[in-house]
Amino acid sequence: MISAIIVMAAIGLVLGMVLGWAELKFKVTGNPLADKINDILPQTQCGQCGFPGCRPYAEAMAKGEADINRCPPGGEAGIQRLADLLGVEVKPFGAGVAPKPKSVAIIDENTCIGCTLCIQACPVDAIVGASKQLHVVVADLCTGCELCVTPCPVDCIHMEVVHETVNNWKWRYPVVPIHPERAAP
Amino acid sequence: MNGKVYPIPGGLHPAEHKAESNARTILVAPLAERYIVPLRQHLGQAARVLVQAGDTVLKGQIIGTPDGHISAAVHAPTSGRVLAVEPRPVAHPSGLPDLCVVIEADGADTAVEMHPIDWRNLAPGELAKPLAAMGLAGQGGAVFPSHVKLAPGGTAIETLILNGAECEPWITCDDRLMRERATAIMQGAEIMRHTLGAKRILVGIEDNKPQAAEAMRGACAQLKLAARVTVVPTRYPSGGAKQLTQLLTGLETPSGKISTDIGIQVFNVATAYALYRAVELGEPMLSRVVSVTGHVAEPHNIEARLGTPIVDLIRLAGGDLAGVTGHIIGGPMMGFDLDDTAAPLVKSVNCVIARNPALFPRHPPAMPCTRCGQCALACPASLQPFELYWHAKAKNLDKARAYKLFDCIECGCCSHVCPSHIPLVDYYRFAKSEIVAADRAKQAAEGARQRHEFQLLRQEREKQEKAARLGKKASERLEAGAVAADDPEAARKKAILDAAIARAKQAKETVQAKNTETLTPEQQRQIDAIEARRQAASPATEHEA
Amino acid sequence: MIGSPFVLKEHNSVRFTMIKVMAALIPGTLAHAWFFGPGIWLSLIWCGLLGIGFEAMILVVRGRPLQAALTDGSVLLTAWLLALSVPTLAPWWLYMTGMFFAVVVAKHLYGGLGQNLFNPAMVGYGALIISFPVYMTQWAAPAPLANYLPNLSDAFDLMFIGGNITPDAYTSATVLDSLKTATRGGHTVMDAFSQPIHGLIAGKGMELVAMMYLFGGLFLIANRLITWHIPAAFLAAIALTAGVLWQIDPAHHADPLFHLLAGGAMLGAFFIATDPVTACTTPRGKLIFGGLAGFLTVIIRTYGGYPDGVAFSVLILNSAAPLIDAFSQPRVFGHAKGGRAGR
Repeated sequence: MISAIIVMAAIGLVLGMVLGWAELKFKVTGNPLADKINDILPQTQCGQCGFPGCRPYAEAMAKGEADINRCPPGGEAGIQRLADLLGVEVKPFGAGVAPKPKSVAIIDENTCIGCTLCIQACPVDAIVGASKQLHVVVADLCTGCELCVTPCPVDCIHMEVVHETVNNWKWRYPVVPIHPERAAP
Repeated sequence: MNGKVYPIPGGLHPAEHKAESNARTILVAPLAERYIVPLRQHLGQAARVLVQAGDTVLKGQIIGTPDGHISAAVHAPTSGRVLAVEPRPVAHPSGLPDLCVVIEADGADTAVEMHPIDWRNLAPGELAKPLAAMGLAGQGGAVFPSHVKLAPGGTAIETLILNGAECEPWITCDDRLMRERATAIMQGAEIMRHTLGAKRILVGIEDNKPQAAEAMRGACAQLKLAARVTVVPTRYPSGGAKQLTQLLTGLETPSGKISTDIGIQVFNVATAYALYRAVELGEPMLSRVVSVTGHVAEPHNIEARLGTPIVDLIRLAGGDLAGVTGHIIGGPMMGFDLDDTAAPLVKSVNCVIARNPALFPRHPPAMPCTRCGQCALACPASLQPFELYWHAKAKNLDKARAYKLFDCIECGCCSHVCPSHIPLVDYYRFAKSEIVAADRAKQAAEGARQRHEFQLLRQEREKQEKAARLGKKASERLEAGAVAADDPEAARKKAILDAAIARAKQAKETVQAKNTETLTPEQQRQIDAIEARRQAASPATEHEA
Repeated sequence: MIGSPFVLKEHNSVRFTMIKVMAALIPGTLAHAWFFGPGIWLSLIWCGLLGIGFEAMILVVRGRPLQAALTDGSVLLTAWLLALSVPTLAPWWLYMTGMFFAVVVAKHLYGGLGQNLFNPAMVGYGALIISFPVYMTQWAAPAPLANYLPNLSDAFDLMFIGGNITPDAYTSATVLDSLKTATRGGHTVMDAFSQPIHGLIAGKGMELVAMMYLFGGLFLIANRLITWHIPAAFLAAIALTAGVLWQIDPAHHADPLFHLLAGGAMLGAFFIATDPVTACTTPRGKLIFGGLAGFLTVIIRTYGGYPDGVAFSVLILNSAAPLIDAFSQPRVFGHAKGGRAGR
């Protein structure tokens, strides 16, 4: 009886020391979960989630303060990956929130007055131009967040959907049915 | 005397169908009325267009200039008038249109002045520069810009391999070219060898083309070249660059690398021919030989100008016979279905096959995979195709990549031998393009994140600087206040002045911080400027932080 | 849209593959009928009918199209293999139970053709030998020994009606049974081998049937339907393991040649362990798979509770096949070395 207690206590002590050592040795600094979540987010910085950017939204999700279905640019696939990472159920987008096809902002060259308001609004520095000079959106850098559209005093910015071209075309999933399912009754 | 042939894994021997088109001599196509010249005919960036509707052009005039390092020039195939620069149907598996220059021929076929290049007096590697304007791109199928391949840098090139294997069924354009123009090909090869500084030339030809091998041997002997023609067994895909390299040298090109990394450069025989014309005659790449075969009246090899509508080529080959259900661009193993025969001939198109159900029966419905392993036996890359299929089908892309999806050369051997008739390669193509797109999106997101974080940092820095300035101003005002006790009016004026100066200074700094001082109308330069500034700014930012 | 290749190999389908494998079984089956009577044809037909019936039933339950699955020939091959593994002239319900486990449980509950983890015929066999060990040892005696060789109508009586012939009249213990009985009882191998059932090398009649399976198996290899790896490793491992045991104690262990030709070794080597769906697929994996299965076969025969070990060793290795495959990926062109797939 005594020996059993001693053995158990010794085991407990040793394991406790190991755990304590591991705590020091493998201490994780920073917030790796928020980083991982942030990696999944599309970095449009559009604020549609209600947070001032992707990083704050990621941090809120990491703390469990925000839902995973608030990022329309990430699409359903994004929700799926967030659900996988966080081990929660997939949640569809709420009413009125839906992913849009990828777009880029276009500035109408004839209307732009060079007020720099859109440059200040762009979260990813994708608009170039100087005061009283024509501004231009660098299409490759534009994330399609639409944040530049409203600040424009002359309404010269519109969003244009990115169409499929020879350059960005993707092979489709083969449509050969391996097991043709029984037709729905 | 045949060179040594080394074994390679996998491969198969589908019905050849070479006899249909290899008996007739190359037919030179007459001038067409209209040419449609796509600006993307090569791997890499599309050429930047230099003409607009209404311009008159001459044969050989550059109408698209290389855009970036991996790009090639595009030339007008004949003299005439530019009708339009607009998206037109092109030969692409997507069936999507692409930007083309439409030229109406004036019939005179007036050429720009063409200057041969004195390559013998150019040091190795120097030929690449004048060649960049010649628009050469590999004619084997990958259409990699040739001038880039002729100045590889890095490892010294020991061996130049000339690819005359032409392993795909039906295609015979290289066969005919070798039979009829072997000397020009070998002269081109010698220019390549000189430019690359290579020691030897190896020519690989499949044993179903004995006349071609004979002609090439004759040319080598006549030109007294350090070249050896090796006849390799007819076994698809011996014409793959990595496969032919191994067949002729026994060397395996490491995964993710190109043969130049092991001192070998591979060119198609047709590319060597085009190079000969470019260097010795000064003629840019304006035409190519293409096999037009299958269910047509007179299968032929046709030398046609680039930009010739494919429908014209079919007409030259006697036209489609009754019952044609479509056209394949390229060979039946790796080609693709052409959506619209109005699409033009481009640098990559080596074959047009008119298909009918007798020659190309419909694939039977797919059955489940039984892991029988026939695909693995046939795979020239020694992959386990059924595992790749499993993961690609489940869209488990990470797993597919882990099973070396990107070592797949899409040769089609696995699909060909699959007893379950599963379109395996379609799954790989799908998975590959999904992965590439995901990687691209990831990269874009990463860039956006960095730019956003840098912007936040910059705003923070501006705020701090502003606070520091205001604090300084306040203390100055305090000092000034002591002095100004006697003269409040002067002090007030000074304060207003100071404030205005500070505002102007701040405004100036804000503008500078926003980096908008270098405005040029040219978008490209702006991007470069942003990049440069960001690079310049980030160490400084780190320093401050 | 279907892309390239636009041409497929001719005369190449799952059905054709299955037919060729069944053709390779014909010599062995003919020899079987020669030595053990024509009853084998009856059990073959019965198993085939049961297989098609069960497959059709489960396809309807699963809501899958019938035609493609029923005509691919895979269920007939399963039925054929089970009929060859179960004692001929067993009662009809025994085959029925076996085929139920093979087709419904082992094949379709896992997702049908290509999805099953375990070899269907061996699952059926395993279920029977665990559930009905007595029936499963009543093998028909080979023609030279039998007091009485049932003809087709006798066979029909025995299988479907019950008949009035006692099993003793036409059955006998197999060589593996007599070996097991002898070694368990503390006798030597020679005691078992002196039984009349023992032929030149192994079981009378059965040893020649085994040779015919070997012949059929070589046909499969020649036709590139299977590779040499699994049969070679399987048979080599049997010979090696049996040889080591025999060297240590020849009095209580049978010689390697006996093990190779007794029981289901040859059928297992070429037709059962090589089932591509459930076996390993990489070259090195096949060698490991076959080797371990052969080793386990002799171990089970020597130390296990059942006379033969082919079915159980194959089933055990089936469960390990995906793992073996994952760790034995071949070297891909242009890569330094093979090994585990993944990062």
